Amino acid sequence: MRDTIANSRAVIIGGGVVGCAIFRRLAMAGLEPVLVEAATDILDGASKGNSALLHTGFDAPEGSIELTCIQAGHREYLAIKDHLNLPLVESGALVVAWDEEQLAKLPAIVEKAHRNGVGDVVQIDRNELRQREPFLSERGLGAVYVPGEHIIDPWSAPLAYAHQGLAHGGQILRRCRATGGEFDGSRWNLQTTLGDISAGVVINAAGNYGDLVEAINRKSPFTITPRKGQFVVFDKPAAKLLHAIILPVPTDRTKGIVACRTAFGNLLVGPTAEDQQDRGRADVDRAMLEQLIAKGVEMIPGLARHSVNAIYAGLRPATQFKDYQIAINRERRWITAAGIRSTGLTSALGIAQMVGRSFAENFGGMRDEEPIWTPVPNLAEDRPRQYLTPAGGDIVCHCELVTRSEIVAALDGPLPAGDLGGLKRRTRCMMGRCQGFYCGAQVLALAEGRLLS
Amino acid sequence: MTTNSDVLILGGGPAGLSCARALRGLGIHSAVLLERESEPGGIPRHCGHLGFGVREFGKIYTGPDYAKRLADEAVGADLRLRMTALKLERDGMVRTTGPNGPEDFQAKAVVLALGAREMPRSARLISGERPFGVMNTGALQQFVYLHGTCPFQRPVVIGSELVAFSTLLTLRHAGIKPLAIIEENERITARQPGKWIARLGFGVPVLTNTRLIRILGRNRVTGIEIDRGFGPERMECDGVILTGRFRPETALIAPSHVEIDPGTSGPSIDAYFRCSDHHYFAAGNVLRGIETAGQCWREGKAVAGMVMARLENRLPLREPDARVTLQGPLAYVYPQRIYRDAPTTNPLLFKARVTHAVHGRLSVVVDGSVVWSRRISALPERRIAWHLPYRDMRDCQQVSVELDAA
Repeated sequence: MRDTIANSRAVIIGGGVVGCAIFRRLAMAGLEPVLVEAATDILDGASKGNSALLHTGFDAPEGSIELTCIQAGHREYLAIKDHLNLPLVESGALVVAWDEEQLAKLPAIVEKAHRNGVGDVVQIDRNELRQREPFLSERGLGAVYVPGEHIIDPWSAPLAYAHQGLAHGGQILRRCRATGGEFDGSRWNLQTTLGDISAGVVINAAGNYGDLVEAINRKSPFTITPRKGQFVVFDKPAAKLLHAIILPVPTDRTKGIVACRTAFGNLLVGPTAEDQQDRGRADVDRAMLEQLIAKGVEMIPGLARHSVNAIYAGLRPATQFKDYQIAINRERRWITAAGIRSTGLTSALGIAQMVGRSFAENFGGMRDEEPIWTPVPNLAEDRPRQYLTPAGGDIVCHCELVTRSEIVAALDGPLPAGDLGGLKRRTRCMMGRCQGFYCGAQVLALAEGRLLS
Repeated sequence: MTTNSDVLILGGGPAGLSCARALRGLGIHSAVLLERESEPGGIPRHCGHLGFGVREFGKIYTGPDYAKRLADEAVGADLRLRMTALKLERDGMVRTTGPNGPEDFQAKAVVLALGAREMPRSARLISGERPFGVMNTGALQQFVYLHGTCPFQRPVVIGSELVAFSTLLTLRHAGIKPLAIIEENERITARQPGKWIARLGFGVPVLTNTRLIRILGRNRVTGIEIDRGFGPERMECDGVILTGRFRPETALIAPSHVEIDPGTSGPSIDAYFRCSDHHYFAAGNVLRGIETAGQCWREGKAVAGMVMARLENRLPLREPDARVTLQGPLAYVYPQRIYRDAPTTNPLLFKARVTHAVHGRLSVVVDGSVVWSRRISALPERRIAWHLPYRDMRDCQQVSVELDAA
């Protein structure tokens, strides 16, 4: 008989943005959920490498669960961002037509946006495009302007959700991989690498491992084939070359390669879309990166003069289906929130609402707690950072202007950084143009003995 | 609150400290030096091996001892530590933050002595995952000399500029012998490498004509893939040290109004080390990546003389007489702007680098006449330097530096 390490009415498998948002929602409903994450820190899988956009759903498949969740998530993000001290760079987006064929498709994009309820979307001509984006290549023939698409901080947002869930009585277990489970007709006994967990309901938010976790409950009706996206991040001076998010005219398969600023003041180009079998290998490839840079320069010629700050790859949990795989099995007390192959950063809060409603309808016992707000430190460039305050003068990371007290704080508290990646995502240390040339050793010395790995 | 002074120096490495010392020697006492680290000295501070100071002090020092001597000699300037400059503005106004929070400084002359850093993995676009154990020499030295740890046991060293030998010395200090030095070009970049290797007795194999293709490993480095011209080969190792390919630290300059030269990727200057905004001067490795600490020290001293000339209104304030144009495989030449006026008795000093390994004839053409020329054999990361008397600048309407590859 193994030890039961936790007992909860709701256990969420997966600490990505979707898992964290569900965790928050269920905790705020008084369920005291437990979130289990296999890695040494949350946000270590698909949520680690995305394009950090807050979408409107203007181009989402009509009538899809994805569209519903994107729009609910977008609304809730705007409603809670100030309470959680989360940024919003109100950039808008431009779907740019680079040739006549694409130009001919723009009216249909506007119509679809309107049918999707995004009524402020309009087509603009070449001159207006030039006015809005003077550094964009002159090959742009026109665009669809989407005012509601914004740029956010991809890590602070889910981190804030996790913190709020903890404040409402939830528990997060890291380095805790779900390996199996049995349902006895009323409860799940979930086996994990840390021990057994007794769960009233299990919620699968396991991202790139979604089908494997689903197999604990049933033969998975979907198969995850991770889709790798590589990104190139240009140094901060490049950010002045762009205002809006530049989107391509979409194809069926992917939203295509985007160019946009980041909340941290850089300029990003990506992602690629490469299917692979390995669920953990997020490697970059020089030839692909060179293609991305060439694509970026093609869109924004001035980029050629700017240097590359960072390169990264993310794995998106794509399935054989276009839409999200969200389902509830009342009898077996199992909820599936899988196959969030894209747009998860925006839709997570909407998915959490959907899961919360579903939980209430099927299992009940939820209440609305008075929100306890857990604001996170601001890392966005357009709002005051700690280094500008009298308390924050002692800078450790000079590229990203990260202070010693920010790093110390991220190693402490209810959800301290579990590994170096988590520390970087919480503070931005070592994420700048020198990638740790100056501060790497000092950061590791500060973190000595404080990380799980 | 704004602190006013005659001179503000940004950066307390060899160039900045030498400038501070020389200013005092010239009788300029209103000088403030801002350094962002908690100790002055710059990069030599973490080069714990010998090799510094021969030219400046006639004696061989370790990096930290050299840094200390530079700092001791700079005493007199108002040295402010842990001060980070945030923004350069017109008229010599510099916004900063430090232990007491935000603070402004304004000076008649601001000297940018911001240094350089090695190109990180990201900018080199090296394929692979992101395991721990990939770093530049700068980070390695901080591990070894400042924190007494070493992040790996069997690393490989990428690149063979002079700094690669600093890497070897650092590793030896940690009791570690790297598996190999890997160099893309057909020969080693550093001058007199044979002498270095013989003297140090490392016996580390040097693989030339070898490209690093991919870093292997997910959490820790487990190996690399290299190409010696016969397709990918695997080499087991537990660390990768990316040396050299220094670039000026222009985080502060690039977003400002001060012009950057796309060739050097540092600020463009005139022969008085003055930037496009005449309130700003630049010295040391922020001008280009990179030269030795000794060269930076000399530049810091030279800049002090020019700052003096500026304070005495001896420098021309007009537009430059000529902008230097380049022809042939030249990566850069500086100064980029030329005046015919000679403010000191020193001749004009040109420095240049080539884009690829080349043999050929380098010439300076002023107003249509070749005033100087020399045969060269150069590698991309090696400096080419020459002097010209101001009289050779003639009317100085057109100045071009030309390299005819043989």
